[in-house]
Amino acid sequence: MAYQDIDKVPLIEGDQTFSSIDRIIADVPLQQKRHNKKSWLAPTGVAFIFVNILMVTVGWLLYQGIGIWGNNIPTAWAFDIVNFVWWIGIGHAGTLISAILLLMRQQWRNSINRFSEAMTIFAVMCAGMFPLLHTGRPWVAFYWLFPFPNILGIWPQFKSPLMWDVFAVSTYFTVSLVFWYIGLIPDFATLRDRATNVPAKYVYAFLSLGWRGSAKHWHRYEQAYLLLAGLSTPLVLSVHSIVSFDFAVSVIPGWNTSVFPPYFVAGAVYAGFAMVILLMIPVRKMYGLEEIVTMKHFDWMAKITLATGLIVAYGYSLEVFYGWYSGSKMEHSLLVWRMDFLHQPYSWAYWSLILCNVLIPQMFWSAKARQSWPCLIIVCVSVNIGMWLERFVIIPMSLMNTYLPSSNRMYYPTIWDFSMFFGTVGFFIFMMFLFIRFVPAINVFEIKDLLHKLHREKASKTEEAVATTGGKH
Amino acid sequence: METTTPTPKPKLDLDKVQERLANAKGRQYWRGLEEIAETQEFQAWMDDEFPNRESLKGIDRRTLLKYMGASLALAGLSGCRGLFLPQTKVVPYVRAPEELVYGKPLFYASIYTQGGYAKGILVEQHEGRPTKIEGNPDHPASLGATDPFMQASILTLYDPDRTQNVTQQGDISTWETYIRAAQQALADAQGNGTSVRILTENITSPSLGAEIKRFLAANPNSQWHQWEATSQDNLTKGAIQAFGKPIHTYYDFKPAKVVVSLDAEYLMSMPGSLRYSRDVADGRRIQGKSGTMNRLYAFESMPTITGTFGDHRFATRASDIETVARAIAASVGVSGATSTGKLPVSQTTIDAVVKDLQANKGASIVLAGQHQPAVVHQLCHSINAALGNAGKTVMYTEPLEVQPVVQQDSLSQLVTDMNAGKVSALFILGANPVYTAPSDFKFSEALSKVKFRVQHSLYDDETGGQCEWHLPEAHYLEVWGDAKAYDGTVSVQQPLIQPLFEGKSYAEMLAAVRGAMTTSYDLVRSALMTGADSKAFEKEWRRWLNSGVANVPKAATISVTPSGSIPAQTPPPAGDEIVFQLDPTVWDGRFANNSWLQELPKPLTKVVWDNVVHMSPGTAKRLGNLADEDTVELTYNGQTIRGAAWVLPGHPDNSFTVHLGYGRTRGGTVCEGMADENLGGEVKREPWGFNAYALRTSKAMNIDGGVTVKGVGGYTQTATTQIHHTMKGYDIVRSGDLDQFGKDPSLKPSDAEDVTELQKQDLYPDQVFAYNGPQWGMTVDLNMCTGCNACVTACQAENNIPTVGKLQVKKSREMHWLRIDRYYVTEENADENNLANPETVFQPMMCVNCEKAPCEPVCPVAATVHSHEGLNQMVYNRCVGTRYCSNNCPYKVRRFNFLNFSDNQEQFNTQVPPAAREPKTHGIELLRMLNNPDVTVRGRGIMEKCTYCVQRINEARIEGKKLGRDPMDGEIITACQQACPTKTIVFGNIADPKSEVTKWRNDPRAYRVLEDLQTRPRTSYLAKLRNPNPEIKA
Repeated sequence: MAYQDIDKVPLIEGDQTFSSIDRIIADVPLQQKRHNKKSWLAPTGVAFIFVNILMVTVGWLLYQGIGIWGNNIPTAWAFDIVNFVWWIGIGHAGTLISAILLLMRQQWRNSINRFSEAMTIFAVMCAGMFPLLHTGRPWVAFYWLFPFPNILGIWPQFKSPLMWDVFAVSTYFTVSLVFWYIGLIPDFATLRDRATNVPAKYVYAFLSLGWRGSAKHWHRYEQAYLLLAGLSTPLVLSVHSIVSFDFAVSVIPGWNTSVFPPYFVAGAVYAGFAMVILLMIPVRKMYGLEEIVTMKHFDWMAKITLATGLIVAYGYSLEVFYGWYSGSKMEHSLLVWRMDFLHQPYSWAYWSLILCNVLIPQMFWSAKARQSWPCLIIVCVSVNIGMWLERFVIIPMSLMNTYLPSSNRMYYPTIWDFSMFFGTVGFFIFMMFLFIRFVPAINVFEIKDLLHKLHREKASKTEEAVATTGGKH
Repeated sequence: METTTPTPKPKLDLDKVQERLANAKGRQYWRGLEEIAETQEFQAWMDDEFPNRESLKGIDRRTLLKYMGASLALAGLSGCRGLFLPQTKVVPYVRAPEELVYGKPLFYASIYTQGGYAKGILVEQHEGRPTKIEGNPDHPASLGATDPFMQASILTLYDPDRTQNVTQQGDISTWETYIRAAQQALADAQGNGTSVRILTENITSPSLGAEIKRFLAANPNSQWHQWEATSQDNLTKGAIQAFGKPIHTYYDFKPAKVVVSLDAEYLMSMPGSLRYSRDVADGRRIQGKSGTMNRLYAFESMPTITGTFGDHRFATRASDIETVARAIAASVGVSGATSTGKLPVSQTTIDAVVKDLQANKGASIVLAGQHQPAVVHQLCHSINAALGNAGKTVMYTEPLEVQPVVQQDSLSQLVTDMNAGKVSALFILGANPVYTAPSDFKFSEALSKVKFRVQHSLYDDETGGQCEWHLPEAHYLEVWGDAKAYDGTVSVQQPLIQPLFEGKSYAEMLAAVRGAMTTSYDLVRSALMTGADSKAFEKEWRRWLNSGVANVPKAATISVTPSGSIPAQTPPPAGDEIVFQLDPTVWDGRFANNSWLQELPKPLTKVVWDNVVHMSPGTAKRLGNLADEDTVELTYNGQTIRGAAWVLPGHPDNSFTVHLGYGRTRGGTVCEGMADENLGGEVKREPWGFNAYALRTSKAMNIDGGVTVKGVGGYTQTATTQIHHTMKGYDIVRSGDLDQFGKDPSLKPSDAEDVTELQKQDLYPDQVFAYNGPQWGMTVDLNMCTGCNACVTACQAENNIPTVGKLQVKKSREMHWLRIDRYYVTEENADENNLANPETVFQPMMCVNCEKAPCEPVCPVAATVHSHEGLNQMVYNRCVGTRYCSNNCPYKVRRFNFLNFSDNQEQFNTQVPPAAREPKTHGIELLRMLNNPDVTVRGRGIMEKCTYCVQRINEARIEGKKLGRDPMDGEIITACQQACPTKTIVFGNIADPKSEVTKWRNDPRAYRVLEDLQTRPRTSYLAKLRNPNPEIKA
């Protein structure tokens, strides 16, 4: 694709009207026959195979115990927590887009917020599986981790970061789900009104909770939505900060690092945006949404990716600096263990991480690269791999290097570690495709709103460029 | 009841039948002769739907009801088992023994016998169930300590793989049948003039000796052979060469100031090792700022805990030891000790050692390992005589064995006779010669020529597979017996439980064959009885049982002088050297089915479940940079075996040490090795390690040259529990020389963090450990620790710790709560010599019970919490298994049940497919009986760790509470502390300024590991000291 001046690309392309937007977006769930094509069935089918692999893995895990994984002493956490942190991070883009960008009145978010919020919810579902299933006795963990008054008179250990995790992740999931659903209500009503199929009409009517579109409804809706956005905003920062506390409060070299909270949050947004770009590219193509999700969106998302990537790179350099500056033999040995590519068996993970997360994303400095599909795909895939490797470098690799060298032992993942991870990837993709099939993937009424604003601005002869930057209205 | 007269059966026309059959064409099927005869009655019977209705008609309603009533009543009777039907279930005591209190263990004195020699034990028994072995403080060979073998022997008691029945050619038979068969075989042999043989291991037992002698007397055509893979032949021959008769030697290390070991592992593998360890350790124990230490020299090939414990260790090829012995002998003035060999160390070193020896005349010991040739032992006798040690530190007695023989000759004679067809009956008591005999004897071939072959042993092993009869031996905790300790002390082996299976002792078996159905109790009593069976003797007998030592005159020390002339030196074997040694955990292979010992890390290599080919770093380099686990091929005497290479610092160059006892092919589920599951249905077992006996010939049983070793590419998967060997410059184990200690008793490294300074920087007020009430703490004196592993096994036995199998160890999931870390210490700017033979230190590491434990705040469910007495406790019920505590533990002492390790008490089952273990499933129940009822058995998904044996603390606290006081100092002894032969570990109340542990904790050498992390451990370590000879450069 030829390079375009991004300022000249509008947020909505083509000659759109309210009804054309309805047609483009709302007909995706309403015309179910559109999905009975290979483009939907093939990825959903493949993803469903992985869902089954996930179920088999979880079944075997519950039957045998986590010994089926490669975890050991000293590496008691490995793929399980790596995957947990990775998935939580993926989810972060959704909340950032829906909450923070909403509060900042970034109108361009309207085209992608629904989609990325759904991503958040499914990613948190995937993430949530790991902390529960990685425990030795999930059937007990399920309720002992929640603080409830019991006859034993025992409360959970509130000092434990894992306890904070329980609160952080469950709050995050609940708020994200409610936020997403509230945003869907007007759209469900649109679907209800447009549906010709009677059962679908009933289902969407039920889901729209009696939405009639009255001014009162809109007023209350706007207030609720804003309040929820306000609630979600701190979560963007808090959830991953708390996840990073799992490591930062420990005494393990490589974990005990005070830079972790901001560095984890940046990393989460980084991975999340990369994932949104990665998933949006094919979906937009498949369902003819090119006019609503335009190159402008990709260009801007790529810029955010680059910015957060630089924060993450700064975090890496700080880790190395403090490792050296601490003067601690233990920290030095950790640096050697991570970085000495001649002698240390897992140093490839560290250097691949630097390649994927620091070097390759520098491509985004170029506007041409930001607008090239292959570049976008390559960088986003490498960022997601890189972020996974980052957690691998932090979690199992720090554990393998212990204070008493006698305990240093190697960790090797087993086939079940991989099947659990790819199983959740399959689950995530499966849920995303179900979502696209049954729920409007783009916010219909917000696009209409945006269209209205754009038209009004055009009509009032305001400079077009002002409107498209979305800064004022 | 009315009866119906059956209608008379019509007569069968047989002629007609024959006629019909003759005319029949093709194959005929018939139900009875009546059918062929085609009688009318048969036709009628065939056509009738209920042919027997006539007999049914005979039963009227009343009869039917009577029958039914009776059946119901009789069926109900089976519920009355125990009333008047035989009871098959165990019932609780109706009248309990007087001393029994439920939940309180009882202790009985007994002995554990290995290689014929006894060590005194106390056996803990819970409601009739032995659960733990402790040392007997009153017994001279134990002094309250144990070794790993003693600890693990309790597992053998409950091993479901033990022979359970008398079998004849694999089929279950009975003792009666066997005894008849044996008596018949003896009578036959008497009749046809062939010979009867008994083959035993080393025997010092008076009762068994008497019984064998009775057997020999009753059967004039019989002979007794002895064979033990761990034979003391070299000792016996050495004594004969020196004194003209097989005098027994033992040592008193207490007064010894200088000890020179010539490849002798006196801290581990001698009958008196436990006692020796204590005495040697006492000679170098230092409390406070100054003290004296004995000086231990070791010239040894394979690095052992003896060499690494001492002050000077010289890596010497096993075949060069004789040269060293001759050089020392010549210097102390033994005539005829001239050496033709090249000294492996400098003459100045020898001179310095000799000077030290001569300065300590009468207070030194020179001793040789049992695998060293007879002449080295003879030289030692002469040296000790020349130094005036005999009678002071080196004791001589008449032989302790019932009949001392050179066992190799004894076995050789047996094989010759068997091959010549002279032997018609062979009774093998305990030994496993098919596996352990020198390979050139071809024992198995010779055995097949014997008509009546019996093996009586604990396991149906390689020999059992080739014997017609296999008899179950009773475990030593099941029958009465007796044996002598290393110094001749006689003790009674007191049973704790009725035989679990059909086992009998050897003496009982021989007596039964003789026709006397006596019990082991009577046999032992009569053997030890001096006079008539009187009330006085009964009293005396009870005293013996109580103390564990029989007050029968023990062999008196005698005064002998070596008179034999020393033979000229035969040149040491050329080429690379191979040394066969006993395995430090499975011994000669007899413990191969004991998973505790299989999974016990070997002291130096930390390898488990396998034996390996040990070689020096230099040799490994020469052979093409071999590394650990590289597959190597050993060719020796035309035989070839493959094994894993193991590069061991401290091993001499051009020498290879292989351990015996592996490559077992029969003898139980554990020992037969790893199952290959890829073979679909059929289970092929891959033995653990390799069988070094296959290389060992009668020509050279211990040391020989001419071995070729080459790397053949590929790896042999070997599991080890420690892969890093140095401390990376961290302050983990402190050590120093005696003169360094004199300058700075703390032996603190110059770059160690200033901990007091760190504590001042703490932002938060000091957590209050006001030390109200007892505060538990421990000290571990690294100067005392030999690395013998006794504590590791003791901890396993006390705390119901499961074993996990080789594959799981390979995945780093071993469960030992207490591990012994082994580090090599190299000085800065170390030269090559120092790297090849580095200083080795051991550090027992278990939970140090930090006062500010990093594991506690991170557990989300508060499953690990602090007690008011300073214990870092594990609440197993509460644990959900997040493993965060283990991640945050700087000492990595927490262990996690990744799989269901403890419920699968077959333990190794994760690598044995179901098909292979099916017949043994009931064994799980049996193994559960082993568990200590005071300690929770942990299921899968639970974290566990050392809690200073909290069950023992609680017991003492309860006892104290009854008396209204706190537990007294020394009242609580942890399992590791109790087992330790050198008293390395001290436990007690650190809030009590007078307690033993406080004294050690405040010792100048005491330090806390990783103290700069501010975890404030309750376990203190004391720096290791060495007392090198200033005249010898390190």
